Amino acid sequence: MVDVFRALDDETRRLILDGLAERDGQTLFEICTMLTTRHGVGSSRQAISQHLAVLEDAGLVASERRGRTKVHHFNREPLAAIARRWPLTEEKPP
Amino acid sequence: MKIRLTSIYVDDQRAALAFYTDILGFITKHDVPLGDNSWLTVVSPDDTEGPELLLEPADHPAVKPYRDALVSDGIPLAQLAVDDVAAEHERLSRLGVVFTQPPTAIGVGSVAVFDDTCGNLIQIVDRIPTGD
Repeated sequence: MVDVFRALDDETRRLILDGLAERDGQTLFEICTMLTTRHGVGSSRQAISQHLAVLEDAGLVASERRGRTKVHHFNREPLAAIARRWPLTEEKPP
Repeated sequence: MKIRLTSIYVDDQRAALAFYTDILGFITKHDVPLGDNSWLTVVSPDDTEGPELLLEPADHPAVKPYRDALVSDGIPLAQLAVDDVAAEHERLSRLGVVFTQPPTAIGVGSVAVFDDTCGNLIQIVDRIPTGD
């Protein structure tokens, strides 16, 4: 769970997850295009690749081959684990 | 100085010529036998004196690792201009062309990326009309 919080503690990585939540199964190139044109993120492709590696290590992103191309998927399970540990309750705070 | 010709590496020149003419709609400009291969170029039918695309054999050992790495990350090797990316995406998809990236708005226009079946990813680009 520590990895998950560390992975989420970065705006670029959160934007990557936003992008994958909107359209799952993107290539590195598509993710870079999205970050640059929609969010003005000027990071290099290599930097984005490293951000994806952090997200993958935390289990938030999984990659698979589609033909000769690698695509990335958003895996929400680690977030569900957080919600299970501290579930939402009906009670209003005092 | 002008850009008159640019090249991409293709697995098979004849298959590439068929794809770039029959599917994409370019026309053959030069097809000159050269040893086992040909000096093979295509141009846009809208601009036959314009820039030529050379379909170059991919037999140099450096080409495969270079292209494999780019294709793996979804990086296109060439950009082609179209009037309307969405319309072109629909037309090419109907013809069986596989897109690795569907039409995506990028502010000044749209882009999409497809597999040219000859070892490359190609990006198509349009621009939102500015009225001038």
